[in-house]
Amino acid sequence: GKNEYDLLIIGGGSGGLACAKEAAKFGRKVAVLDYVEPSPQGTKWGLGGTCVNVGCIPKKLMHQAALLGSAIKDAQHYGWNIAQPVHHTWSVMAQAVQNYVKSLNWGHRVQLQDKKVKYFNMKGSFSDPHTIRGLTKAGKETIVTAENIVIATGGRPKYPMHVAGALEYGITSDDLFWLKESPGKTLTPFVFNVSLECAGFLTGIGLETTVMMRSIPLRGFDQVSTQMASLVTEHMESYGTKFLKRCFPTKVEKLESNRLQVTWKNTDLRTEVTDSFDTVMWAVGRAPDTETLNLETVGVKTNSETGKIIVDASEATSVPHIYAVGDITEGRPELTPTAIAAGKLLAQRLFGQSSELMDYDNVPTTVFTPLEYGCVGLSEEAAVQCYGSDNIEVYHAYYKPLEFTVAERDAAQCYMKMVCLRERDQRILGLHFIGPNAGEVIQGFALGIKCGATYPQLMKTIGIHPTCAEEITKLHITKDSGLDATVTGC
Amino acid sequence: DYDLIIIGGGSGGLACSKEAAALGKKVMVLDYVVPTPLGTSWGLGGTCVNVGCIPKKLMHQAALLGQALQDSRKYGWQYEQQVKHNWEIMVEAIQNYIGSLNWGYRVSLREKSVTYLNSYGEFIEPHKIKATNRKGQVSYHTAETFVLATGERPRYLGIPGDKEYCITSDDLFSLPYCPGKTLVVGASYVALECAGFLAGLGLDVTVMVRSILLRGFDQEMAEKVGAYMETHGIKFIRNLQIFIQVEQLEEGMPGRLKVTAKSTEGPEIFEEEYNTVLIAIGRDACTRNIGLETIGVKINEKNGKVPVNDEEQTNVPYVYAIGDILDGKLELTPVAIQAGKLLARRLYGGSSTKCDYINVPTTVFTPLEYGSCGLAEERAVEEYGKQNLEVYHSLFWPLEWTVPGRDNNTCYAKIICSKHDNNRVIGFHVLGPNAGEVTQGFAAAIKCGLTKELLDETIGIHPTCGEVFTTMDITKSSGQDITQRGC
Repeated sequence: GKNEYDLLIIGGGSGGLACAKEAAKFGRKVAVLDYVEPSPQGTKWGLGGTCVNVGCIPKKLMHQAALLGSAIKDAQHYGWNIAQPVHHTWSVMAQAVQNYVKSLNWGHRVQLQDKKVKYFNMKGSFSDPHTIRGLTKAGKETIVTAENIVIATGGRPKYPMHVAGALEYGITSDDLFWLKESPGKTLTPFVFNVSLECAGFLTGIGLETTVMMRSIPLRGFDQVSTQMASLVTEHMESYGTKFLKRCFPTKVEKLESNRLQVTWKNTDLRTEVTDSFDTVMWAVGRAPDTETLNLETVGVKTNSETGKIIVDASEATSVPHIYAVGDITEGRPELTPTAIAAGKLLAQRLFGQSSELMDYDNVPTTVFTPLEYGCVGLSEEAAVQCYGSDNIEVYHAYYKPLEFTVAERDAAQCYMKMVCLRERDQRILGLHFIGPNAGEVIQGFALGIKCGATYPQLMKTIGIHPTCAEEITKLHITKDSGLDATVTGC
Repeated sequence: DYDLIIIGGGSGGLACSKEAAALGKKVMVLDYVVPTPLGTSWGLGGTCVNVGCIPKKLMHQAALLGQALQDSRKYGWQYEQQVKHNWEIMVEAIQNYIGSLNWGYRVSLREKSVTYLNSYGEFIEPHKIKATNRKGQVSYHTAETFVLATGERPRYLGIPGDKEYCITSDDLFSLPYCPGKTLVVGASYVALECAGFLAGLGLDVTVMVRSILLRGFDQEMAEKVGAYMETHGIKFIRNLQIFIQVEQLEEGMPGRLKVTAKSTEGPEIFEEEYNTVLIAIGRDACTRNIGLETIGVKINEKNGKVPVNDEEQTNVPYVYAIGDILDGKLELTPVAIQAGKLLARRLYGGSSTKCDYINVPTTVFTPLEYGSCGLAEERAVEEYGKQNLEVYHSLFWPLEWTVPGRDNNTCYAKIICSKHDNNRVIGFHVLGPNAGEVTQGFAAAIKCGLTKELLDETIGIHPTCGEVFTTMDITKSSGQDITQRGC
């Protein structure tokens, strides 16, 4: 029989929605299934996926709240009279953020409606390559058939199951943004940047925050340089976040006071320590949401180690007419804009006679820690590995944002470096920037790298004065020279 | 006595001197600040450091922080409702910082063995200048090559009371008392930036504009800059005004001034009282009293500026000029610095690289900042013809503005592409927070031949303002609505 839909998308997140709306533009019959399995703590949310609900959006807003805390301090240096005490109320912030997120959920539903995309608030699983079984919360079943199916179910935070009490008493980023009450004194044992960003804004709004890490920070970002990661964490330390290095948790227990007692081991000292916290937030990576999809039934292949869906350059899985986009796909960056772009291009290839494939090279990113880190292209380590240290030149500078001067802020970790090829035209391979508004600074330069920018071209570009970004156009001290890389603005 | 004498220790002059000294030359810099009519003066470093970019951006930051304080309450921060700004604390902090820069330059010149004279320099015969210091002591110096880098000073209205009672940007940044209720005369970026931060600090501000805002800039963007300022409490008087006089009603810090002006349209007289009148109607080149006639250096009689060839050479072969005094070039610090450095390298370093004045990016630091690179839309239409252009545009709402409920559908992004040249980006315009940080990278990309296709292929950083340029779909020619409705 004929399939009901031209395109069915399982997962209403960044990738799924972008794909659906693009396909609908071509007059196709499109349906989206979205379902949020509540977190172990019971948190759930509406249409829009991770970015909107428990990712980029609430994260950046809470980061902004923390930045405003610093702004209040700065303001006093600039002449603003602010009566002490100044304090932060979590519930005011949380409610404002949650309300905005809910408006986005609503906005997405309206958009789908406007574009005549059918939306099912159901959990989908495969019955056969063209048939999806949708299940509502109440257990009601609906069968949907489609010519093409896109899997865009994203990922969910992992729990360290080997730590006793981790699941029962800990929360994850899925819960943090929806807390009605302040998380209080927080411990976040982590591996990935999510934790640093959260620890950063929690510190910024005045909460006692501790980050526990076994080894180096900011793994998982291939383009991230160890040097940059260290500067970011150094700044956080001076900012007030406590770091427990070379430690890992062994168990979490609940105390009579309802606080949590965490026990951990220090790998160097081989000691065991305990302390109590109000909240323990795990950030040990995300697992692809494929378990309940029934992929084995239809033969969609996944990576045995990561569990992610294997796709080719056109986002196709091992089964014809079944595709995948976003965080669920193997070897792709876990970023909203790449999911959106991939989803759009996929729809254009399926229904719009386009043959344009997604370009995953030189994707810029930013980590929104208290002092932000933006980058595009290769890390120094990757460039050395790829081309050999003799063939690359690294220009760098420690700079001071003008606004820090009157505010009497320490700029010790405000740093930038550019990795270039030594030979011929000195093409720029990677750019790394730590400082305020790092995302805004890096975006335009990502365009430059896309255009094949070279070091001489960058030097010909006149700077905008006074900005932080202009220092990039003035980079001239090389790491090799061994010279002091501190530059003065004027 | 010297290989090179530079008259003017500002952005251009200092950059040139340090580069020449690094190449082993014997260099002298003369810098002298003629006090303003009200007696304001400052140290080594030129306009940018003392009465331009630096104090301007710091006061702009103070105003932005005022806005941040308002936002912070929506983000959960709580403190007493009454928040007032203390002008004196701000000026002291800023002047201290500037003082450290003045000092830093003196040290830097000493370290590089550049001779510095705090004296007024003027030509008395070919290859020779007379230097007069504050005490009237005179010395004479000769050099093989000279560079003019004397910059500009604010123009006055030429009416009774202007020099006696009005201030300019030369006075504003070190004003020892709060200016109070202020009338800003002019529509230059200086006028709008100053009006902007004064209002942001809580002052009652009126801007008197003779015709258009930001002459020379993209007018659509200029109007949006002005509209935002008006929405945020800055009054604009837009009908043509002819000034008659400024009288002092009361002395003080600030005093009370009465401004009388006439409309060009009819017989109505405009009369209003202000504490401060800030004149920002333009700047005049400091070329009239430095003896240029003596040695035959031609200047543009209309504006006093110095015409040069593409190697910054005047009509007199051993005399060069850089910075704000150049005729037909951009009045920007980074341009002056770049020109100064490259000139030194060409003179003494065997280089032949000329300063690239094409696609120089700028940013106007008004309350809502405006960054641009390349052509204004009207210029592009003039040069290429409307049918050969495609203009993409978009409104955007910075994520940080959502929670405090700040102006939606106000921030704006626009790019102008040349259809017959692969849709190459020939004009880039952004109105939004951190416009300078956003624009800088795009300027580099434009230098590398940015096209619309490359923009579309590039992934945005999420969530930022800059990413809007990677997802611009709507063209002006389509007439489609660009009103934003959510994520």
